[in-house]
Amino acid sequence: MSIAATVTDPGVTGSSVKSWKAPIGFGFGALLALFVFAIGGPATTAVFRVSDDSDRFRLADIALPANVVGWVVALALIAIAVYSFLQIRRGDRINRWAGIAYAVLFVVGFLTWVVGIADRPSISLAGLVAGSVTLAIPLIFGSLSGVLCERVGVVNIAIEGQLLSGAFAAAVAASISGSAYVGLLAAAFAGVLVSLILAIFSIKYLVNQIIVGVVLNVLVSGLTGFLASTLLSRDSATFNSPPGLPEVRIPLLADIPVIGPILFQQTIVGYLMYVAVIVIWLGLFRTRWGLRVRAVGEHPQAADTMGIKVNATRFWNVLLGGAVAGFGGAFFTLVSVSTFTRDMTAGQGYIALAALIFGRWNPIGAFFAALLFGFATNLRFVLSIIGTDVPSQFLAMLPYIVTILAVAGLVGRSRPPAAGGIPYVKE
Amino acid sequence: MKLELQGITKRFGSLVANDNIDLVVNPGQVHCLLGENGAGKSTLMNVLYGLYEPTDGRILVDGKPVTFRGPGDAMAAGIGMVHQHFMLIPVFTVAENVALGDEHTKAGGILDLDKTRARIREISDRYGFDVDPDALVEDLPVGVQQRVEIIKALVRKAEVLILDEPTAVLTPQETDELIQIIEELKAGGTAIVFISHKLREVKAVSDVITVIRRGAVVGTVDPSASTGELASMMVGRKVSLSLNKAPATPGETTFTVRNLTVPGAGGQNLVDNVSFDISRGEILAVAGVQGNGQTELTEAILGLHPHASGSVRLNGRELLGMKVKDIIREGVGFVPEDRKVDGLVGSFSIAENMILNWYNEPPFAKGLAMKPAVVLKNAREKVAEFDVRTQSAEAPVSTLSGGNQQKVVLARELSRPLNLFIASQPTRGVDVGSIEFLHKRIVAERDGGTPVMIVSTELDEISELADRIAVLHGGELMGVVPGDTSRDVLGLMMAGMTAEEALGQGPGQNPTPAGEGGTAAGERISGEHAAGEETR
Repeated sequence: MSIAATVTDPGVTGSSVKSWKAPIGFGFGALLALFVFAIGGPATTAVFRVSDDSDRFRLADIALPANVVGWVVALALIAIAVYSFLQIRRGDRINRWAGIAYAVLFVVGFLTWVVGIADRPSISLAGLVAGSVTLAIPLIFGSLSGVLCERVGVVNIAIEGQLLSGAFAAAVAASISGSAYVGLLAAAFAGVLVSLILAIFSIKYLVNQIIVGVVLNVLVSGLTGFLASTLLSRDSATFNSPPGLPEVRIPLLADIPVIGPILFQQTIVGYLMYVAVIVIWLGLFRTRWGLRVRAVGEHPQAADTMGIKVNATRFWNVLLGGAVAGFGGAFFTLVSVSTFTRDMTAGQGYIALAALIFGRWNPIGAFFAALLFGFATNLRFVLSIIGTDVPSQFLAMLPYIVTILAVAGLVGRSRPPAAGGIPYVKE
Repeated sequence: MKLELQGITKRFGSLVANDNIDLVVNPGQVHCLLGENGAGKSTLMNVLYGLYEPTDGRILVDGKPVTFRGPGDAMAAGIGMVHQHFMLIPVFTVAENVALGDEHTKAGGILDLDKTRARIREISDRYGFDVDPDALVEDLPVGVQQRVEIIKALVRKAEVLILDEPTAVLTPQETDELIQIIEELKAGGTAIVFISHKLREVKAVSDVITVIRRGAVVGTVDPSASTGELASMMVGRKVSLSLNKAPATPGETTFTVRNLTVPGAGGQNLVDNVSFDISRGEILAVAGVQGNGQTELTEAILGLHPHASGSVRLNGRELLGMKVKDIIREGVGFVPEDRKVDGLVGSFSIAENMILNWYNEPPFAKGLAMKPAVVLKNAREKVAEFDVRTQSAEAPVSTLSGGNQQKVVLARELSRPLNLFIASQPTRGVDVGSIEFLHKRIVAERDGGTPVMIVSTELDEISELADRIAVLHGGELMGVVPGDTSRDVLGLMMAGMTAEEALGQGPGQNPTPAGEGGTAAGERISGEHAAGEETR
């Protein structure tokens, strides 16, 4: 079956031939860099502070002359664009490192330019990175939920709903009990409940998984919105004033410049995020459980003939995914802000879905993809603080532009689990 | 281990797939189940493997009744199965596929694939399988994938091995290798259940043959029975032997393909620099194992591959670069390899399917309006002419049997004056009676002076229809040889030898009927053409 499918799939043969997408994209980016970063480069010095005044160890700041960096970056980008053009013309594929170098250079060029034109051309690198990680936490949990579900063959569009229900449950449970940790558990439980509906409808009743997912998102949004405007607003002291999770600082290690705070100065949700990424990656690719999970997501009939219970595996994995996304939801009300507001996840579940795809259904890939999106979001905040001339509307678009470019342009030919979205029915 | 099936009955709703079937499989014995497509062979084996629960009857292992709730139980009882469509995960390595469901683990459920690798090497060495445990399954040739399936069963200590249509995807050489493997397994005491509809190989490997027709056992025969005898048991009536077509009288060469290349995904070409001609009144049959560029070749000629390069000329006109619709207007008739996907619209009526390619032209349409009465009249005529068995020409085409669906496709394509006729797998999954009919129509089209191109993975069909045979391997043309070239030579070419090399090696030079290659033409029966119905 698989053999015949790979041979006759016209989609595969169609996408094969010389693709000029990348060189053209590179070319446009390089031109943009030339006109904006280089020719339009301000004659200022962009300062990136590596350490803050309060730090125990202090490193020198990085000061970059904006227009010089602009020219260097623009010329380098043009060189890479020409190189990739030549590679494609020769019939080769574009060197992966060329793509990575291009992305890094472009980000350096953009940052230098955007900081250079600001009123106060100086930002804290440590703050930029730490903020990115913080903003990425719910995205990472969300995309891990997606990994768990999709690796087993169930498409999870309901990440948004899982995050939102987690945020709501965390706020209410933590407020009533007075303990943030109870809130955390309640968040996971709420995520599981959303997953339970997804699992029952998609696995048992074979309803289209995307439709169930979308409906669940609307349902959770409506339900939590209704409860927020009635129950929570009536007595917000009782129901909607959760205690926050404290930051747990690991002495000494947290003092390492830049990476110290992001790794060793987090709330329990932050540490759980790192643990979850590593454990899920190990689990999927190094354990018996993972082998079976991936088999079910790739070729359920084959798994079935090997005595693996396909639908049970799917069911438990979807529930587990719900719990993971629930933790991510708790971030919103126990870490980020201290009250639940209507639709406060604001589409982050969909960005998590994009991170999942950009990360090629791999927990570590999804982690870095989510970090990129977190970075784009954080940049917007940082830039508005230093008073940039770029209109705030454009800055607000940044995370979504990055998402679109990442998913449409940079993913390439990534391969989702073969049985994704297809219910398994024994004949 | 002795395995017995007693009175197995399996019903799906009102359909009786297996009717009171008895079967005994002894150790060290190859037991063949012979029957046409849809006779119920695979259903029976799925019952035996625990995938289906029997409606009635029981399974005995060494005289004790057992119930299998799932494949896990069957495997535990020592039953292994190699499915027709391999149950392998393409993105996993061989070791991961073999380990799946029966993994060795270290503490904490961490996989320990080293033990599995060692077992694979052990079995691989013992039977000469030559399988690398760390190769990705999707990178392996089909024959090796099949060995991985056998290893999977052997690792689980299978004493009864079920092979479901194991040769459907193999080259003749790979089939020979498989038969050797079966002999070795048999010598080691493994019982083999060999499911097939191909008489030649059934006779070659089996110790006992049980023939199944319409879900019931027709009889158990000795492999020394003649193919004619087996065929009539399988089909239920006397079947006509070979086609006896008249020799071709090729006319002027009107169809030429030059340096046709279709680029593929990984940089390799799916069709690689292929050149050939077809003359009027001649059938060129394209042979090759499935997936060696045949599909892309026919699609490129029909204009479905925008990136195809080279030249395809019909009556002096260049077809490459033309739109599909214009190519059809040039008089190209095309029977696609999968009628359900590319040949018919299942929910449309027979009448509508009969005019899919000229629905907007007179006499079926005038301006924006279609003329349903004319469409229906046309369909009734064609239904009668092509002997389509149906209650009404207005019935949805999906209600017809495979053979009758294929007649609808052929009726549509052969109802116009053609300058070129291309048929891909014209008789795949078609019952025996229809095969004869379809073959006769194809030969009649040739005799009417049309260049005909047939693509088939069934060597019997190739030998029967071809005036000349072109063999594709890995998208390249291995050569064009005469229609009476021996199976051995064709087999070598299908495995990647050029015509010259194959003729130098194979027994094609001395045409003594030796072994498989020399089976007399008269012994061949059309029943062997019924290839595995593709269930994607």
